[in-house]
Amino acid sequence: MNKIGDGSPTQGKNQEKLLPRLKEAQSKFGYLPKELMAELAESLCLPISDVYGVATFYSFLSTKPQGRNVIRICQSIPCFLKDCQTIIESVEKEIGIKPGETTPDGRFSFELTNCIGACDEAPAMMLNGEVHVNLTPGKISQILKACK
Amino acid sequence: MPEKRIVLRNCGVIDPKRITTSLDRGGFKAWKKALAEMTPEQIIEEIKVSGLRGRGGAGFPCGLKWELARKAQGDEKYVICNADEGEVGTFKDRYILERDPFTLVEAMTIAGYAIGAKTGYIYLRAEYHHLLDLLRNAISQARDKGFLGHFEIDIREGAGAYICGEESALMDSIEGKRGEVRFRPPFPPSKGLWGRPTIINNVETLMNIPQIILNGADWFNQIGTERSKGTKVFSVSGDVTKPGVYELVLGSRLRELVEGLALAEKVKMVQVGGATGRIIPYEMMDTPLAFESILGAGAVIVFDETRDVIDVVYRTMEFLAEECCGKCAPGREGTEVMVEILERFSRGEGADSDIRVLEDLSKAMMLSSLCGLGQAAPNPVIDSLQYFRGAYESRIRENQGGVVA
Repeated sequence: MNKIGDGSPTQGKNQEKLLPRLKEAQSKFGYLPKELMAELAESLCLPISDVYGVATFYSFLSTKPQGRNVIRICQSIPCFLKDCQTIIESVEKEIGIKPGETTPDGRFSFELTNCIGACDEAPAMMLNGEVHVNLTPGKISQILKACK
Repeated sequence: MPEKRIVLRNCGVIDPKRITTSLDRGGFKAWKKALAEMTPEQIIEEIKVSGLRGRGGAGFPCGLKWELARKAQGDEKYVICNADEGEVGTFKDRYILERDPFTLVEAMTIAGYAIGAKTGYIYLRAEYHHLLDLLRNAISQARDKGFLGHFEIDIREGAGAYICGEESALMDSIEGKRGEVRFRPPFPPSKGLWGRPTIINNVETLMNIPQIILNGADWFNQIGTERSKGTKVFSVSGDVTKPGVYELVLGSRLRELVEGLALAEKVKMVQVGGATGRIIPYEMMDTPLAFESILGAGAVIVFDETRDVIDVVYRTMEFLAEECCGKCAPGREGTEVMVEILERFSRGEGADSDIRVLEDLSKAMMLSSLCGLGQAAPNPVIDSLQYFRGAYESRIRENQGGVVA
């Protein structure tokens, strides 16, 4: 077993696995609990601070529980020019929470995200990794009602 | 001026799920020619003479980058395709990947042969996760046809971080770390991924390679301007009737793209190059799109007369402050201070001294930030102060009582 943080090629090989493993865990559990991060640190021989540092750096990883469905409305300028504000308000109206919150029943988490590259069909969002474009309040209602 | 579709020649023409449709249009002919008729050094020379410069925003000479990696010491080298495309308003790589993944695979294989790399990575932003299967399929079909040889292409996904489009942060991300920018030197062609010689090229840059190999460097360097050879793919959005992706000869005027092709009207200003790009007022719309004047990675966001300049600059800075990796003080602290000042201007609570702070801070950030984010973050501020100073002045606290511009 290598010493933690020894900078060896083995540590490099282990470190390489960290982000993909965190993404897998995020996908499976909906977030990255402290215990999971500690286990991952041990199995990859990395300092837990490294694992925590990576987990908190990327916006698609979360150390707090998230809803089963994660809504990410794009708030960048091209979507802003196509009135993403109305879309944000229609999500709030539809599921009763503001950006940054999760519904009490665990069904939705609502986040604002930065440019997702759908500017030609703005306003746009990601929902559980899928992109939805040309949004209207009507479409929001339809899309969200269909979520389990 | 009409479009000239070199990079986009197959887009909308072939079936991105079937390699045979690409082969029918000459797919992998360049790869065959390169392997059968050219040495790695000859390939690199061809790319150098073509004058191809990076299409991800920085415009570094592609041939030179490859040559440095070729000459670097090391048994193991890497080719990385930067498909992180996080710059605001940029979706031309997405468009290309959706419609012609085969040319990209071909280009990466040629690059591997040229620099002596056996492994290539496509770093795909998490927001383009829906393209993963399409890319995997293209790689696997190329492999089945024997086009990869000993070259392996693996896809690594991001996890939502704009800064991972910066090449050194991108490498740290592949290494499983926080996407933090590295001190340079050393530069990637000598010490890159896991300390080994690495070339990182934008999707669009690579898409030019097969046509240059097939048609020759002289064919390519006769297109464009003196220091900007070839074409550029632009993604146009905002207050336009026809948003979308357009490919123009470098040196074409901004007006041709914005009014001629995207059919914008009553334009107030255009942001060229995304959040770290330049703001061009309507009066300067005849500016040529080229490295010598203004370019960036291809984002062109159009604002009509109803739009508020301060609001745009404030939102841009908020984005940059949020996405800044935090490693260097000029980037981390500078963007935060600019956000705080711009927020007050957006509420009509600016001060004269704020403008001086913005100007001084801009100089400091441009000189001393570790990467392009911090170095170019002042661009929207500097440009808006130059062309729309009145917008700031009307929001200075002492001037309150009038209409906010």
